[in-house]
Amino acid sequence: MAKINVTMTVNGEEVSGLAEPRTLLVHFIRETLNLTGTHIGCETSHCGACTIDLDGVSVKSCTRFAVQAEGAQIRTIEGMAEANGTLHQLQESFRQMHGLQCGYCTPGMILRAWRLLQENPHPSEDDIRQGIAGNLCRCTGYQNIVKAIQHAAATLNGETIAEAAQ
Amino acid sequence: MNDMTPTREAREARLEGMGCKRKRVEDVRFTQGRGTYVDDIKLPAMLYGDMVRSSYAHARIRKIDTSKAEKVPGVVAVITAETLKTVNLAWMPTLAGDVQMVLADGKVLFQNQEIAFVVATSLQAAADGVELVEADYEELPVIVDPFKAMAADAPVLREDLAGKTEGAHGKRDHHNHIFKWQVGDKSLTDEAFNRAEVKIDELLSYHRTHPSPLETCQCLASFDKIKGELTLWGTFQAPHVIRTVVSLISKLPEHKIHVIAPDVGGGFGNKVGAYAGYVCAVVASIVTGRPVKWVEDRMENLSTTSFARDYHMRTEIAATRDGKVTGLRVHILADHGAFDACADPSKWPAGFSNIITGSYDFPVAHLCVDGVYTNKAPGGVAYRCSFRVTEAAYAIERGMDILAQKLGMDPAELRLKNFIRREQFPYQSALGWEYDSGDYATALNKAMAAVDYAGLRAEQKTRREAFKRGETRSIMGIGVCFFTEIVGAGPSKNCDILGLAMFDSCEIRIHPTGSAIARVGTKSTGQGHETTWAQIIASEIGIAASDIMVEEGNTDTAPYGLGTYGSRSTPVAGAAIAMAARKIRAKAQMIAAWLLEVHEDDLTFDIDRFQVKGVPERFKTMTDIAWVAYHAPPPGMEPGLEAVSYYDPPNMTYPFGAYICVMDIDVDTGVAKTRRFYALDDCGTRINPMIIEGQVHGGLTEAFAISMGQEIRYDDMGNVMGASFMDFFLPTAVETPHWETGHTVTPSPHHPIGAKGVGESPNVGGVPAFSNAVNDAFSFLGSTHIQMPHDAWRLWKAAEKLGVTG
Repeated sequence: MAKINVTMTVNGEEVSGLAEPRTLLVHFIRETLNLTGTHIGCETSHCGACTIDLDGVSVKSCTRFAVQAEGAQIRTIEGMAEANGTLHQLQESFRQMHGLQCGYCTPGMILRAWRLLQENPHPSEDDIRQGIAGNLCRCTGYQNIVKAIQHAAATLNGETIAEAAQ
Repeated sequence: MNDMTPTREAREARLEGMGCKRKRVEDVRFTQGRGTYVDDIKLPAMLYGDMVRSSYAHARIRKIDTSKAEKVPGVVAVITAETLKTVNLAWMPTLAGDVQMVLADGKVLFQNQEIAFVVATSLQAAADGVELVEADYEELPVIVDPFKAMAADAPVLREDLAGKTEGAHGKRDHHNHIFKWQVGDKSLTDEAFNRAEVKIDELLSYHRTHPSPLETCQCLASFDKIKGELTLWGTFQAPHVIRTVVSLISKLPEHKIHVIAPDVGGGFGNKVGAYAGYVCAVVASIVTGRPVKWVEDRMENLSTTSFARDYHMRTEIAATRDGKVTGLRVHILADHGAFDACADPSKWPAGFSNIITGSYDFPVAHLCVDGVYTNKAPGGVAYRCSFRVTEAAYAIERGMDILAQKLGMDPAELRLKNFIRREQFPYQSALGWEYDSGDYATALNKAMAAVDYAGLRAEQKTRREAFKRGETRSIMGIGVCFFTEIVGAGPSKNCDILGLAMFDSCEIRIHPTGSAIARVGTKSTGQGHETTWAQIIASEIGIAASDIMVEEGNTDTAPYGLGTYGSRSTPVAGAAIAMAARKIRAKAQMIAAWLLEVHEDDLTFDIDRFQVKGVPERFKTMTDIAWVAYHAPPPGMEPGLEAVSYYDPPNMTYPFGAYICVMDIDVDTGVAKTRRFYALDDCGTRINPMIIEGQVHGGLTEAFAISMGQEIRYDDMGNVMGASFMDFFLPTAVETPHWETGHTVTPSPHHPIGAKGVGESPNVGGVPAFSNAVNDAFSFLGSTHIQMPHDAWRLWKAAEKLGVTG
């Protein structure tokens, strides 16, 4: 099948590559751009392991074609930490609050939480639970993920929060 | 001492040893997407494999035509059973003593069974190839219901077993029979039932479900023809066992097989077994001379690799009128699917289901299990539980509630009356286990106090009266569960896999500058071993956990181990780690004595150093000692500071817990809302309380899913229903209840650090707690037992049957 050149900005850098029209965006990101932090859990839009940020919204990259992302601004998990290695507060809070175990859902979960906090810097627990309902986790039971997002929100807002993970 | 001398507390804190809520070292890479999972590995010239699967559940295959697929641009090879026969791999042995087809050989026995393996230069080309492989089927009658499998006129599923009246576990009574397994004293038990004042008799079904880790099963095989060596990366919970299995079935010498399990995205039992995809990837790599990757998609995962449960348990309890249990009699019909591929220790065809007497002092018991073949996927793995313990715990915990209902007794009171008492440990159960330790009454009383159990029952009474008066449409259930697990398989006297004793192992090397590497025979799939194993070593030898690297999953470097499943890592490998560390400490003590010019017995170990008894300012730290071990060891002593330990556990460990669930159910919609869930766990010594709590949260969430909706269902034609996340219930953050946790600590008396294991307890105890809550809610309306899963539709149907819907 003929391939098409696709160009997009990923984590602040313009990148391009060849993709068949049917190539999924997640495959393009993982196989062509070699950014393997974006994971595949179902390929049917249910699990959210492939969640990225695309033009200001959370997107499940298994349900977009690469060619649909022509010209898009994309952020993946590899673009969360600072260039000097300093973790983003969400990454730090997931670690502090034990918001991950096997780590497979984590990149998608963090990207989704990041967009959630962009839209709502002071989310309630219910806002968070509703906000991450498109991302499945099989290990944590979500309780410490919710705490991690609360912790990150509070820290980013300059508030202090008691240690949640016992 | 001066002000610059760190206090004992400071020295202890620096170690981050056992009991510390140490943050996980794994998280630094995982939060940045820098973990390395199998699918993240790419090799030059790598090919992609994809499976062609059966549309039918039972059919003869007249012909497989691969010619069109082979012409697809990018397709390099199409492998069928005929290809595999040339290397004698069309069939493979299972862990349960059966054989199974790798690729369909003459017929298919379940929907989505593997028929052909297409290998291509891209994912897309492989998928195109799969579409063009044509199979010509002749449909055969299907058996889905295990209760019909042994009918006289039932179709023959396993023609390969024709004439074989003996299986791996004794006599087969029927062409679809796999085994009959019995334990306990039947005549004494029958006698107890003949004398019983009160009896219950209920069929308790534990439906078929699936572990469904977020990362599916996958592998990457790379065969080097020049060296004759195979490297196999895979999602393996037991990499060494995989290496031995690959060697046995491929005839490649074991030292030329390198098995590597990199980061694994959850296992829950799904990644213990050996699957057709692994064998096909290996053969394809040998045939093509190129690396071949195989990655299951979600539908393949849910419908083919290792289901769990599917146990149908007729449960009878005999008791006195005042509520003392006098006998337990259980018959289990076990649906194993098309091949017996259960991942149990060899001698245990029904796993440790004889833990079914639970936490109670049954004087006599008898258990009989019949395993049967059906047209469903093979598996029968321990989905976040020790082997079949979840099923057993469900039967006894539902059974006790049904008995309490019959007696008109409170279910918690019935349990307290029948518990094995603290002074009875070590306790010999009627079905053959020696329970190592426990303090059940303390745990249950603590849980009841935490939720104000008496207050909840009073509220329930009031609300039931209000319901009867028509003032509310909501019914309230209180589910009590007290489970005893049996984990840590296991002692070599009764546990093996393919003849391999179920020990585990650890090698520790202390480096000259006082840091260390530890390699362990287990494999974390999210449990955080890199964090917790270092904590054990830190406490044992006084090197800070942050200075200890833990490595697992590389069979070339790790000592042989049996892997991670059945909550065996801490009971078995955790012990091996402590014992290896103690060997190092013993040598370090000799070096310290020589350096301090005292007798070894004059030294005492204090956190991170050996010091002269009574003279604490004379000491040598482990860092000092490590340098000397490599720089100038005592005369006559071997240089270096390292140790290996292989630990054969003397007994299993028996974690336990008291769970209480409070639920409100709307009878007009069947919607159940968990108001409160309290889980008290006793896993013995606690290595990292933060990780324990996380494990409990996760296990409870899986228990919630299984009991309240998750199911792999089949229609009458054997079509698998619910094989995608559209239909298979995985709760989101919205449905998942809030979890409250508590603990007691009853250390295992035979484990070097007293730890028992915890990861699976919440799944074992959680399911009966939820189901008991649902059933308790309906009990006052005349209901005895409602089968799981308790989704809204089924609960509404139950309410309708009881005549209480609006």
